[in-house]
Amino acid sequence: MPIKLENVTFTYMKGTPFEKTALQNVSLQIEKGEFVAVIGHTGSGKSTLVQHLSGLLHPQKGTVCVDGIDLSAKNADAKKARNSVGMVFQYPEHQIFAETVYEDIAFGPRNKGLQPDEVDRAVRDAMAFVGLDFETFAQRSPFRLSGGQMRRVAIAGVIAMEPDYLILDEPSAGLDPRARDAVFTEVMALHKKRGMAVILVTHNMEEAAQYASRLLVISGGQIILDGKPHEIFTGHREELVAASMDVPQIYKLADCLKEHGLAVDYTPQLAALERQILALRRAQHAD
Amino acid sequence: MQNLIEIKNLEHVYTDTDGNEVKALAGVSLSIAKGEFVAIIGANGSGKSTLARHLNALLLPTAGKCIVAGMDTADDDNLWNIRQHVGMVFQNPDNQIVAAIVEEDVAFGPENIGVPPAEIRTRVNAALAAVGMTEYAKHAPHLLSGGQKQRVAIAGVLALEPDCIVLDEPTAMLDPRGRAEIAATVKKLNREKHITVVYITHYMEEAMQADRIIAMENGKIKLQGTPKEVFAHVKELHAMGLETPLSAQAAYDLRQKGVKLPEGITTGEELTEELCQ
Repeated sequence: MPIKLENVTFTYMKGTPFEKTALQNVSLQIEKGEFVAVIGHTGSGKSTLVQHLSGLLHPQKGTVCVDGIDLSAKNADAKKARNSVGMVFQYPEHQIFAETVYEDIAFGPRNKGLQPDEVDRAVRDAMAFVGLDFETFAQRSPFRLSGGQMRRVAIAGVIAMEPDYLILDEPSAGLDPRARDAVFTEVMALHKKRGMAVILVTHNMEEAAQYASRLLVISGGQIILDGKPHEIFTGHREELVAASMDVPQIYKLADCLKEHGLAVDYTPQLAALERQILALRRAQHAD
Repeated sequence: MQNLIEIKNLEHVYTDTDGNEVKALAGVSLSIAKGEFVAIIGANGSGKSTLARHLNALLLPTAGKCIVAGMDTADDDNLWNIRQHVGMVFQNPDNQIVAAIVEEDVAFGPENIGVPPAEIRTRVNAALAAVGMTEYAKHAPHLLSGGQKQRVAIAGVLALEPDCIVLDEPTAMLDPRGRAEIAATVKKLNREKHITVVYITHYMEEAMQADRIIAMENGKIKLQGTPKEVFAHVKELHAMGLETPLSAQAAYDLRQKGVKLPEGITTGEELTEELCQ
């Protein structure tokens, strides 16, 4: 049950002097249940890529299929397939529009044709999931909430549609560390509980290392690296830097330790690095 | 060193759209010296941005005083003068660029305050050089990368020849290279041109560049000091919903496990050196 891109090419302002090719013959398959991080510099094509995954843009060449159904088709199946991909935009305030939190979250399920009692259930479940208390927030205006709360409303509106694939575009920009953790804890829980695939677009290498099981590096409208985050961060540094990316701080700390003769292995987990340091010190003292 | 900014018992109370009174700043006193580099950290809603917006009179105190370069921000007559002393750079570069050509965008500020054309030319060239964007003077801003756009926004502020630049999460939307560009640019402006910097960020690694860090909570200053002093308060920072730089966290954890390490470790080099002794 994958999302499959085959030879997708997309050019903005085609046929004008401002023509810019954002995706160049990209092929990609994302399975249900994967957690994929997408990184790439500004203008690399990553936003264009995720807009294709969600059917917001259709390829000029090539195809995008969800579970075998072409997203660009104009029929009920294609609509259903597009509904199975949810997208949370970088600015939650760009996708929030209703007068109350309840109405905002209810919009998608209602559009999908659910009965009023099913809509109510979907809204309550979604709010509970993102940690918004129903009594406190349901009747409030979503525009009067804090940035972190607004983002939760946006996520709730998307998960109320019960998507099989969830796309998050820079969900942590401008959030403080605690709000960032809260958002990711919720997303991880959904990912595990429902087997929902998550596609995370981020500029934050720490997030990519911590949460994703697969990492895509986009540059010049192409996927230049595709693999496990740990393998890419340890084995492809030069390509990363050439693509304006970086490695997470924890890999740099390990570098520093190695340079001074502390033979640690690279790890994305601070606790694991600390255990290695402790073990090395014990070994030293035993000498 | 002389103080550029003097804030005394500053309060800012506003009425939200539901009619409730919200105290965004609850008694802040703070002096910022000329040429200082101050970073402000704090959770969402802690009052950082509200404080920053008082520094060039975008917001006015509801109690207390905010004095900038000797001028009271509450006095209407000082408004334009204060804004030439203190410039602001915001999170989203797309919201602050107004012109279709980079150099015209940078010229917008000085044109507005009636600087003679020949001097505008000199100021624009100097401002673009200071942020390393001279070769893009004739480019269209929307075709630049995020880091480049944000450097143009900084140049636009520099063209007003301010004493102080306030940056409110200037790297929140940038990729790693863009973040590094802005960090380097700001540091250079502070060290070489002696511009006072007030830098709001959620990235602790960026806050480490400052001379002083101010940590805010519920509209008050909770902790302040050099990066080493502030990041030694690992527990307090966690309780405030903040992080510490990775190496400070590692040093704290290792100390808890009985490794003898001094306070004040904030970088990988420092941690490694101490471990290898």
